[in-house]
Amino acid sequence: MVLAALTLGSGGIVAFSQNIIYSTVALLGCFLGIAGLYVQLSADFLAAVQILVYVGGTLTLILFAVMLTSRIEDIRTSNTAMGRATAFGIVSVVLLLLGKVAAMTNWPAQDRPQMPATAKLGHAFLSEYLLPFEIGSIVLLGAMIGAVVLARRAVKRDWEKH
Amino acid sequence: MHVSLVHYLTVAAVLFGLGLFTVMTRRNAVGILLGVELILNAAALNFVAFEHFVAGGVSGQVFTVFIIILAASEAAIALAIVLQVYRGFRSIFSDQLTDLKN
Repeated sequence: MVLAALTLGSGGIVAFSQNIIYSTVALLGCFLGIAGLYVQLSADFLAAVQILVYVGGTLTLILFAVMLTSRIEDIRTSNTAMGRATAFGIVSVVLLLLGKVAAMTNWPAQDRPQMPATAKLGHAFLSEYLLPFEIGSIVLLGAMIGAVVLARRAVKRDWEKH
Repeated sequence: MHVSLVHYLTVAAVLFGLGLFTVMTRRNAVGILLGVELILNAAALNFVAFEHFVAGGVSGQVFTVFIIILAASEAAIALAIVLQVYRGFRSIFSDQLTDLKN
């Protein structure tokens, strides 16, 4: 309950804050809340990965990009919303549809005891899902090289020289 | 209070809605990326919830790990592109980036 409130409250700040830095920091609370929800769903390894990769990696990267690109002095105007009413309408329609599906469908849900899943996850990755796992590692390597090549400073432009 | 599958689905759906709203209203390219992260997290939460309550096993968690892998590489590539665009245009507002060539 608390975790859901943390997740959704931070998500609300991310969506509605006018300041992009507040949004980025609020994303931290959102990721932490989701990690807590993973623990409740007996996905302990995923919770650790969520904190390590998202909070430690992705969020730091996004913060760097925010600091490097937005001019700090006019940061409040850097974020003006366009078509809030339209977006709100579309989102409410989508949410109504999702809520209807979730409520009407008779899920064959059953309560399971919480148990650690890390060992089973490791076995699944090294037997049944071995090929996707290796492809995932190649994707990561390609993304890393691609990011370095893209972000490299090829030509110095005029305004960069001073 | 007894927490069931529908509660997790509700949280994930609202999170997805917030992410969609962020993607649609932001002009800042980094802001749009924040919305995409919210949407991906909502999908991952749904995977784990369904695995815990309905499917059993660990296949849902395997898929979530792949979502996290792809989200990380997507963020790295997108931010590299954003930096490069900012270098060329001095702006990352999606409505000002209308030139394809200089």
